[in-house]
Amino acid sequence: MADLTTNFIGITSPNPFWLASAPPTDKEYNVRRAFEAGWGGVVWKTLGEAGPPVVNVNGPRYGAIYGADRRLLGLNNIELITDRPLEVNLEEMKRVKRDWPDRTLIASLMVPVNEDAWREILHRVEDTGCDGVELNFGCPHGMSERGMGSAVGQVPEYVGQVAHWCKKHSSLPVIVKLTPNITDIRKPALAAKEGGADAVSLINTINSITSVDLDSFSPEPSIDGKGAHGGYCGPAVKPIALNMVAEIARDPATRGLPISGIGGVTTWRDAAEFMALGAGNVQVCTAAMTYGFRIVQEMISGLSQYIDDKGFASVDQLVGRAVPNVVNWQDLNLNYVAKARISQDDCIKCGRCYAACEDTSHQAIAMSPDRVFTVKDDECVACNLCVNVCPVEGCITMEPMAAGAVDPRTGEVVRREYANWTTHPNNPGRCAAE
Amino acid sequence: MSDNALTPGIVAGRLDPQHLAENFTDLHPALDDHEALVAADRCYFCHDAPCITACPTDIDIPLFIRQIATGTPEAAARTILSQNILGGMCARVCPTETLCEEACVREAAEGKPVLIGRLQRYATDTLIAQGVHPFTRAAPTGRRIAVVGAGPAGLACAHRLAMHGHDVTLYDGRAKPGGLNEFGIAAYKSTDSFAAREVDWLMQIGGITLETGKRLGREVSLAGLREDFDAVFLGIGLGGVNALGLNGEDREGMRDAVDFIADLRQAGDLARLPIGRDVVVIGGGMTAVDAAVQARLLGALNVSLVYRRGRDRMNASRYEQDLATSKGVRIITNATPIAVHGNGAVREVEFEYTDDDLNPTGQRFRLAADQVFKAIGQTLEGAELPDLEGRKIAVTGAGRTSLPGVWAGGDCAAGGDDLTVTAVAQGRDAAEDIHASLTGRAS
Ligand SMILES: Cc1cc2nc3c(=O)[nH]c(=O)nc-3n(C[C@H](O)[C@H](O)[C@H](O)COP(=O)(O)OP(=O)(O)OC[C@H]3O[C@@H](n4cnc5c(N)ncnc54)[C@H](O)[C@@H]3O)c2cc1C
Ligand SMILES: Cc1cc2nc3c(=O)[nH]c(=O)nc-3n(C[C@H](O)[C@H](O)[C@H](O)COP(=O)(O)O)c2cc1C
Ligand code: SF4
Ligand code: SF4
Ligand code: SF4
Repeated sequence: MADLTTNFIGITSPNPFWLASAPPTDKEYNVRRAFEAGWGGVVWKTLGEAGPPVVNVNGPRYGAIYGADRRLLGLNNIELITDRPLEVNLEEMKRVKRDWPDRTLIASLMVPVNEDAWREILHRVEDTGCDGVELNFGCPHGMSERGMGSAVGQVPEYVGQVAHWCKKHSSLPVIVKLTPNITDIRKPALAAKEGGADAVSLINTINSITSVDLDSFSPEPSIDGKGAHGGYCGPAVKPIALNMVAEIARDPATRGLPISGIGGVTTWRDAAEFMALGAGNVQVCTAAMTYGFRIVQEMISGLSQYIDDKGFASVDQLVGRAVPNVVNWQDLNLNYVAKARISQDDCIKCGRCYAACEDTSHQAIAMSPDRVFTVKDDECVACNLCVNVCPVEGCITMEPMAAGAVDPRTGEVVRREYANWTTHPNNPGRCAAE
Repeated sequence: MSDNALTPGIVAGRLDPQHLAENFTDLHPALDDHEALVAADRCYFCHDAPCITACPTDIDIPLFIRQIATGTPEAAARTILSQNILGGMCARVCPTETLCEEACVREAAEGKPVLIGRLQRYATDTLIAQGVHPFTRAAPTGRRIAVVGAGPAGLACAHRLAMHGHDVTLYDGRAKPGGLNEFGIAAYKSTDSFAAREVDWLMQIGGITLETGKRLGREVSLAGLREDFDAVFLGIGLGGVNALGLNGEDREGMRDAVDFIADLRQAGDLARLPIGRDVVVIGGGMTAVDAAVQARLLGALNVSLVYRRGRDRMNASRYEQDLATSKGVRIITNATPIAVHGNGAVREVEFEYTDDDLNPTGQRFRLAADQVFKAIGQTLEGAELPDLEGRKIAVTGAGRTSLPGVWAGGDCAAGGDDLTVTAVAQGRDAAEDIHASLTGRAS
């Protein structure tokens, strides 16, 4: 079993799996049990200023969408930051860190945008012995209306300013947690970097309404007949999060800025994908809320098997490995030609590929009277839709055509050399090949 | 129809070879990758999962199924094997319908449990096929332990002791290891010599010296073993069989079901294994069902399984009873054998119907029989054993017997369920207890 020890901005954890700041990390009882289950670290539920804590609604806080078999795919919440007194949280954090020195404990913070408020809270959390702070600029509901959370995260200048204050008033590593409710994620990331932050973490939750009750006409979750938009998370948000992580990892202005990947991590594979796209570790919330703390065991065993199988010396060798392969569309090789192939041995003859291709794509699948489905190479554009809708994994594959062969669809010879849109004859703005 | 299909008496070749091969393939074929993913997807990853509680070896079922679902069946196998080193065999032979799958919440929800047994097989087969033995031995302790009996209990005990760094000598009276895995389990549950392959794979841990053909009470004595070793584990199973106590019990054609099954399991060519045309099996447990079903599969024309109490009291699970009837076995209950008729060879068995308290009703009937299999229970055999409780070795805690330094587990020990999986659990737990007491960490 590979050693999963991870060093993230100087903080060592026995594995790269941290619990994200959220209900799973809201109190000592949870965090102790999480550490017992094997989590490498936690970001404690976001702390606010001293004084009377925020209050949460007393009705449902969560809404969900499901896949087949009621598998939870997306969760939405209207919860706020911790609703327990600051002093209580700080004492608990201190005790837990004392008893679990090898695990990471990060304090998540959200206070109003003024220097004194940040200096004050930083001094108090330093005393807990925590390993770093995460600035919560992401919460999309409740706190943003008070000028905090995503209201800060959506303004890069504020992000940079607060990061700067934090570095100035504390020696702790600073992670800036980004909101995805923004057009270009690279802007706040760059601001965080320029403000001196050690890392960014993303994504926080996405503005959302999960469903509407068609009898009461209230959005869900419904509080006395009304609903507010909430923050969306879980497996459904992973593709959005992966893209945002990759954008930061490959932009020259932010490249090299350490990233803690968050959003829909449910299995070791999800984690490995985030890491391949540049995340130095991952944080998990919804998966723990759906299945309990024990899922980390699968993440640990799966990732170590993968690291072993790949022959990597450590998780570091995985981090960023896919980044060079993330390119802009115009850099994709237009001379690469593939065709769908249906394995007749695996096909169960449901016809979904046919319906998809015939009705909505390129009419490239033939159906015989006895329900044999085959690809018409002279029509297939290799769009992948049939692969995506086929219920049998691996039944339809995309096979690249060898250079020199003739593509029956275009009648052209498949060329070996790479050529992209920038030099394509149809491109009015093409630049001459050098 | 082959020439011998209707031939009276006990003859070989009632079915043609192809038919035989079909009959004796896997009862539950291995899941392919797609089937395994679909099956794994149904698991809810329950908290404090009832399936784990129902497994005698406490395998972390939700974890291993999740590991399959995420494409790491090898990790799933490690999860299984760390609790149950014979997880491959148990996946094939456990009566899951009364264990993990009965407890599965999806049995409650839809009457269709997650296919835990078959997923367990999928995972363990994957790892074993790769030839990987996922465990290594701890530093040598210099302690030597004798394990007597290389059945599931003895194998599990030996493996765990070897893992802890002890040196194990594993004695078995038979020429081959495996116990009933090799000689007893129905052929359609352990195909392709799986029992033997699993033992070879298990022995890769190292530190276990196998001594076959060494029988306690014959080549070795318990006193001698206690003298020569730091501890002794007895996993000798139940070597004897109960007798019916009837006149004519020794007539030709009368056999112990376990012997018939052992012959079947060791037969190189099933087409050459003789079987009766009219077969009667007496008993109500797993052995009776296995004998009856396999008699049918060999081509016996009429097979009746006769049990003295009601269906609900049969030790064979409902699932196995249904398996028997689906193979064409006729199950007759509340009937006790009272006479074996025939002239030299058995011709008929006479029964009397009994009520639920086994009181005779006076109503009798006869069944034609050219072969009769007795399956009314096995018994412990052997002299100079530790104290008994009833007819098995008395144990306290994790298999401690009345003799210091001697542990026992599996079928030979009192209090078990007489299942492969309980034998494994007891062998493993005794090994942990032996380890703790030898290393001074006894509780
Ligand atoms: C026909 C049949 C079918 C069964 N089917 C199933 C099933 O489908 N599922 C299930 O879970 N269980 C089944 N069982 C029960 C299961 O096989 C046993 O519970 C299990 O094998 C017990 O393991 P064990 O190690 O205690 O004993 P055994 O498997 O009996 O092994 C004992 C070993 O000790 C050796 N031995 C015995 N005496 C001595 C001696 N004096 N000296 C040295 N060696 C000795 C034997 O040769 C043997 O190798 C079945 C049993 C039978 C008889
Ligand atoms: C109920 C709930 C409460 C949350 N509270 C916080 C919070 O206090 N601070 C914070 O930074 N993020 C909070 N989050 C966001 C999570 O930390 C995480 O960024 C997000 O859920 C995406 O990860 P996931 O898909 O693994 O859930 C919360 C999420 C949920 C579901
Ligand atoms: S999960 Fe627990 S706290 Fe929440 S509604 Fe259900 S019982 Fe109440
Ligand atoms: S969708 Fe897949 S399984 Fe269904 S007909 Fe097409 S190739 Fe066959
Ligand atoms: S009870 Fe069934 S659904 Fe629940 S964990 Fe066990 S196998 Fe999975």
